[in-house]
Amino acid sequence: METKQETPQRAYKNLLARYKAFSNRIPLLGWLCGGIGAVLIEYFLGDLVSYYLGLPKVPVLFGCLIMLKKPILIPGAVGYLLLVYGLPVFFIARALATPANKLAAFLAKGPITIAALVHLGLLYAILHIWTDMSDYRVLVLKLTMIAVMLTLSLNVINGYMGEFSCSHPGFMAIGAYTTSTITLWLFANDKLFGEALLPAAIGPFFFPLALIAGGLVAALGALVIAIPSFRTRGDYLAIISLAFLFIVKSIIENLEFVGGPRGMSSQPNYSNLPMVFIVMVLCIWIINNFVRSTLGKALCAVRDNELAAESMTVNTRKTKMVTFMFGAFWAGVAGGLFAHVLRYVNPGSFGIQRLAEILAMLYFGGLNSVTGSIVGAVSINLLSEALRPLEIFKWIIIPLLLILVMLYRPTGLIAFTEFKPKELMRSKE
Amino acid sequence: MALLRIDKMTHYFGGLRAVSDYNLVLEPGHIVGLIGPNGAGKTTIFNLITGIHTPTEGNVELEGHNLIGHHPHEIAGKGLGRTFQNLLLWRHMDVLEHVKMACYSQLEYGLLGAFFGTGRCHREEKRITAKAMHLLETFNVAEYSDQLVSSLPYGAQRRVEMARAMAINPKVLLLDEPTAGMTPDELNRMISIIRQVHKDFEVAILLIEHRLKFVMELCEKIQTLVFGEVIAEGTPEEIQSNPEVIEAYLGKEDVT
Repeated sequence: METKQETPQRAYKNLLARYKAFSNRIPLLGWLCGGIGAVLIEYFLGDLVSYYLGLPKVPVLFGCLIMLKKPILIPGAVGYLLLVYGLPVFFIARALATPANKLAAFLAKGPITIAALVHLGLLYAILHIWTDMSDYRVLVLKLTMIAVMLTLSLNVINGYMGEFSCSHPGFMAIGAYTTSTITLWLFANDKLFGEALLPAAIGPFFFPLALIAGGLVAALGALVIAIPSFRTRGDYLAIISLAFLFIVKSIIENLEFVGGPRGMSSQPNYSNLPMVFIVMVLCIWIINNFVRSTLGKALCAVRDNELAAESMTVNTRKTKMVTFMFGAFWAGVAGGLFAHVLRYVNPGSFGIQRLAEILAMLYFGGLNSVTGSIVGAVSINLLSEALRPLEIFKWIIIPLLLILVMLYRPTGLIAFTEFKPKELMRSKE
Repeated sequence: MALLRIDKMTHYFGGLRAVSDYNLVLEPGHIVGLIGPNGAGKTTIFNLITGIHTPTEGNVELEGHNLIGHHPHEIAGKGLGRTFQNLLLWRHMDVLEHVKMACYSQLEYGLLGAFFGTGRCHREEKRITAKAMHLLETFNVAEYSDQLVSSLPYGAQRRVEMARAMAINPKVLLLDEPTAGMTPDELNRMISIIRQVHKDFEVAILLIEHRLKFVMELCEKIQTLVFGEVIAEGTPEEIQSNPEVIEAYLGKEDVT
């Protein structure tokens, strides 16, 4: 007779199955409530817990910095993660599963906008409370959200359209400089542009317009690349866009009225957390709408077989040009936000290294997938922040990780999937 | 008036005369077959009509409108649907998306509608989804609607391609070897499908085919093309007994 041996693999599989059975019942709403509970616990009890676990202070970025600097504190940091994040999220989500499911079912009956706003409100509350603990977290979170926008907009070009564009940092630079010029010129007393022209009070309301202007100028830049490079298919775009990146950089370095190689500083603090969050959500929403519509699917048709697309009434040249400009627009908007997060820009931050970062996030997360881009941007960004204490070894570990992903999942972690907000928010009962 | 009229169409690839003085008058509702040995220039004629190549000389008119010099997507939008000899499908898209994609030029929402997911965008998407599903049912591939095309059996892929060509509301349907690689069983099914489409959608059909049985059964008129030139034109019976056609297909009979 065969006896069931309790091998580690089987134990792991059992555990996984039990976890799946457990988590399948909890809607997104439940997890978000759990998240709020966890960040509230950290907010009120974080100091206490870290004191009893022997940690010097509340771990800023999930304890990674502490663990890497002082390995002796690893048990404490892990305990902190479990006590403050893991267990509360689990238990609150479990306890609230039934009411959360009912609420999700109720929201599903109404228009999707309201359901989305409720979920986004909860998500924002989590992020707000979490970042309230330290300025470092605010900065990391803002840069992560900007990275999400950059990755997603590059995915539209490199993933959905299947061309290889290298000029994203260039578009970002155009957006950053345009937006900064507008805000500095109009709303700040600055050494480059002199006295403010308009009262500073209306600045924050004007900022979205400045961002749009930055995006539009970046899209114009994209048009310059698109006209010559979309006549034929091939590697031309990669070469021309790489050249464009260097041209933009050296033009900015030689333009004295925007500060030349020294850059521009003292932008007003308009890129606050809600602003970046709202723009990122808009970016994800609009790009997702586009790629799921038949107009956007035309990109996939052009990529998979241009001749067939053209024979099925798709205007391939227009589709490619518009999409390239669309991607550049969002890169420009992200650049504008970026300049106002750091409140300093110089041409050096839009070089080949930024390109490598964005490409890494894109190919790690997965082509042709909005979810993939979000996952890729968040994980690579947080990872590179968390591994900061390793200094130079960081640049060995992250590329190694990328190589592993490329080996086992050549198109990225989550590729070729559709992001369906309705599915995500549905009730699980 | 003829639906599709081609006058003295000639095309050179470099110094090679691929098609010379090709003439065709396709009346509404007719089925015309184009036969000929490999390399005779049959597919080139399709590519010239649909604008993928521009003819060196000659005229192509659809309902009196000149087609020369227009982009392929414009010509397709005027009502020329086609399939391809070696199946040009989009490998990352499912069957329903294929047919919906061919409704591209009929969409009544613009980029802004797509960006913001407006009500009109949703209505239009619903409308073309219904239309696409109807076409998939006509071609008997509705069961595969949410599968990637690469996972379909070969015959079904052919039918998806035809459904896609019909979604652009064509007045003329160009079929490039619709039965290539099909079993005799599938062949008979294809004949009945083409008959049904021809009747239901009132579309004129120009088709390239190798299997004489298929052409003889479907077409009212047949043209035989050899080295870019039409050597014989007529009803199936005339073609069958034409010595030049027999020569082109079987070689010269030695009568001495």
